[in-house]
Amino acid sequence: MSITTPDAPASPKKQRDSRLALPTKSDHVRGGSYKRRESALGLALVLPATIFFAVFSFYPFFKNFYEILYVPSININNPAKFVGLTQFWDTISSSSFLDSLRSTAIFVVCSVPLGVLGGIFLAVLAHQKLRGIAFFRTAFSSTIVSSAAVAGAVFGVLLNPADGFLPWLGIHFSPNILESPTLALPAVALISSWQFVGLSFIIMIAGMQSLPEEVLEAASMDGASSWTKTWRVTMPLLSPSIFFASVVGVIFSLQSLGVIDVTIGPYGAPYTHTNVLIYAIYNQFVQYNNPGSAACYAFVLFVITLIVTLVQFRLVEKRVHYGQ
Amino acid sequence: MASKHVRRARVNKVVRYAVLTVFAIIIVFPLYIVFLDAVLSNSQIATTPPTLFTFHPHWNNFAVAWRVGGVSHYLFNSILQTSIIVMAQLVTSILAAFAFAFLDFPFKRTLFVIMISTLMIPFEVTLVTNVQTVSSLHLFGSTVGLVIPFLATGTGIFLLRQAFMQIPKEMREAAVIDGYSNMQFLRRVAVPLARPGIAALAVFSFLGAWNQYLWPLILTDNNVSIRTLQIGIKSIGGGVDSANVQIAASAIAVFPLLVILIFFQKHLVRSLTAGAVK
Amino acid sequence: MSQVQLSSVSKRFNDTTAVDALSLRIEDGEFLILLGPSGCGKTTALRMVAGLESVSDGEISIDGEVVNDVPPRYRDIAMVFQSYALYPHLSVRKNVEFPLRQQKLSKAERDEKVNVALELLVLSELADRKPGQLSGGQRQRVALARALVRQPRLFLMDEPLSNLDAKLRLQMRADIVALQQRLKATILYVTHDQVEAMTMGHRIAVMNEGKLQQIGKPADLYNKPANTFVARFLGSPGMNIVAASLSGGSVLAGGAPIATTEHPDATAINIGIRAEDLVLSPDGLPCTVVLVEDLGSEVQIISDTQQGERVTVKCSPDSQRPVTGDTIYLRAKAEKIHYFDAITGERLYDLLPQDSAVAETVATNETSESA
Repeated sequence: MSITTPDAPASPKKQRDSRLALPTKSDHVRGGSYKRRESALGLALVLPATIFFAVFSFYPFFKNFYEILYVPSININNPAKFVGLTQFWDTISSSSFLDSLRSTAIFVVCSVPLGVLGGIFLAVLAHQKLRGIAFFRTAFSSTIVSSAAVAGAVFGVLLNPADGFLPWLGIHFSPNILESPTLALPAVALISSWQFVGLSFIIMIAGMQSLPEEVLEAASMDGASSWTKTWRVTMPLLSPSIFFASVVGVIFSLQSLGVIDVTIGPYGAPYTHTNVLIYAIYNQFVQYNNPGSAACYAFVLFVITLIVTLVQFRLVEKRVHYGQ
Repeated sequence: MASKHVRRARVNKVVRYAVLTVFAIIIVFPLYIVFLDAVLSNSQIATTPPTLFTFHPHWNNFAVAWRVGGVSHYLFNSILQTSIIVMAQLVTSILAAFAFAFLDFPFKRTLFVIMISTLMIPFEVTLVTNVQTVSSLHLFGSTVGLVIPFLATGTGIFLLRQAFMQIPKEMREAAVIDGYSNMQFLRRVAVPLARPGIAALAVFSFLGAWNQYLWPLILTDNNVSIRTLQIGIKSIGGGVDSANVQIAASAIAVFPLLVILIFFQKHLVRSLTAGAVK
Repeated sequence: MSQVQLSSVSKRFNDTTAVDALSLRIEDGEFLILLGPSGCGKTTALRMVAGLESVSDGEISIDGEVVNDVPPRYRDIAMVFQSYALYPHLSVRKNVEFPLRQQKLSKAERDEKVNVALELLVLSELADRKPGQLSGGQRQRVALARALVRQPRLFLMDEPLSNLDAKLRLQMRADIVALQQRLKATILYVTHDQVEAMTMGHRIAVMNEGKLQQIGKPADLYNKPANTFVARFLGSPGMNIVAASLSGGSVLAGGAPIATTEHPDATAINIGIRAEDLVLSPDGLPCTVVLVEDLGSEVQIISDTQQGERVTVKCSPDSQRPVTGDTIYLRAKAEKIHYFDAITGERLYDLLPQDSAVAETVATNETSESA
């Protein structure tokens, strides 16, 4: 196997043992031991991530089913009791679950379209060659930095019913907007869509920047106005980004717990109306100490997320075929 | 004729800037209010018409937030847990992504699919069990418990694998011929070349870790000493007498992110141009 | 000393055979060119020598030792890639130093070697630049410097000039030849450009569809192509091939005698004639002019025979030119006609002695008249 190279002063032979494994992918040139080393290295490198995923993603994911199917015995020393789907059906047929589902739908509908459309609109505005455009791009993406807590805090001030902006603008809500059973949820959804618009903008502008420039130039040469160009050329080509942003937006809004927690809190007046799925999980688990019920809510949330993600995969795949 | 076009172009330009400015103001306004109200007294915050500018910043809010509101601890905790999460995510993602991009090993495809499928499991689904796991490891209410579920990220692995795969095959072959081992290639070539992608991942993971809410909310419930800034903001509360302190804490929470955004905005856009939307 | 021997080396990817029983030998200090159209297996062959591709069948040995299972890093070879594969994050100096970092050398020794390589390729002044700041030609030189800094026993070059513009390519061609002579380097060089092959190599191995077609000195290949593929592939333009028959000491093409021949009567053969060996004449092979190209120093008349075979004729710019659509009649110089089997395409009658794997002389860099 080894080569003797009398004229090469630093014979590579010496280094051989100190090396872990060998490079090229699917390279069958090497003898078995080199291949084994590469295999070992590959597995070693993915091991840390695999362990974390196993313990903190997959185990809890499957354990969630257990929580649904079994309820703890009253006597702590007895094993948990298998209840089948009883607990699950009981939970998801309860009125509070249905309320929660409806609130979630309202929340998503009020927050996602606005965030996505806002992102598109801002990206169209910012996708031009102007001096200082970088400043505007940073400004438009800036909402990405605001956490749920920060957004909650500042909108708490902005939506203060007694003083400040609302009275100044002549807007009066009775009761206070964040305590109104009908308006609190849409209001929080608006806050959430503001939070999301920065990321939405970033996705859109990234999409626009990867559009083939020749196509737009060709459209200009054909005499298309910038309006036509935007609607007839840019938008259709941007559809993957729009779709991607929509999915990210739905997932983001499904997980918007912080904003509700900070602005309204678990005991706010419109609680039952703002008890979206994610918040319900938290409440069932932490406030009511009912992990079984929380697991049922969580499973429903998982299914919704899964559907959204799968639809995304399907569409992205379609687009790949379309693009080539 | 020509001058008419020129004039129109100039007017057009002014209009464009005006429109951009208007929307920039609308978007940035809440953040502006964060920084403005952070230096207003409570009575200034709650006035009609609202205060939109001040020449007399009320710096005391920061001092109160810092000392009385516990922001000094919260900030430290946030920095600590965010650094741990970001570093760990970078390390685990770089190693795994490198293996998936460059090495041949058994179960490679299966493992990759498994890792990517974690993207479909929302953290909330794992919440109940993770709390139990962390408790049974006696990590509830500890910094380790705060960070441990987030040390690996499917998105990060996916993003970096994309970045690594963009490294031309020839570069790797050149290194192979020159006698570089895998780990040397990783260190000397792959990581430096994937730096933009790594930076983008670092920023996203920083944003995510810094702004985390649900997990620290539950985990720090019984232990104020490890409470993070986000939960701190909530616990300060936005009542009549604490709104200014809460906003000051918010300003402290937002400021580092804003700085990062200003420096890395382009990176974020570029990472999406090459990766996710592709 | 370094010589490379390929003994019926094959490479199969699933169902396709990329390289089919290739045998050739590269002598110490030889500049051997692997020439062929894209997809002919030449790059795969090169990569097998490098160890980047496994060998399905046969043996590759370097200096008498079979290296089939030896990983690339232990083969002591250097490779220049078509895309140069320079590391964009490293300066020119660091790029050149890169291969040395794996050898146990002191910093001083490394610097010394790097400086020599940089000087050799006139890169000293660019040492601190990044590849992104260099022109294509400069990058190419960095790639060469990086290859030779290690003083490997064998250089592999994969179409190293194909990313350069025509003028630079000409210059780099000369530079590489000069470098090879100076270093007495052993080089296996892959290209699809027959001009490159003719002007640079000591010997050329022509490949097509994974098979070796002919190996030999450039002039031999040009003057005595072993088959119609080689005949068409070498030369600019490639050799004209038309159907013909031999009858009573005459070569008949398109029904007309175009030259005399000493070979016995034969039907269904192909003849090959280079563009410069055809002459316009009042009678002979009738062709319809498709295009007349004025290259300044000469005029190329591109025409079709009645059977639709493309025939190119070179003539002096002073001669009278036909125009598109005209019918011209062509005759050939008898001694310049090549005969090929119409079915197999193999050369007939005056074969070269089979190229023995050992080339008699490689010291002189023969260049053909086509240069």
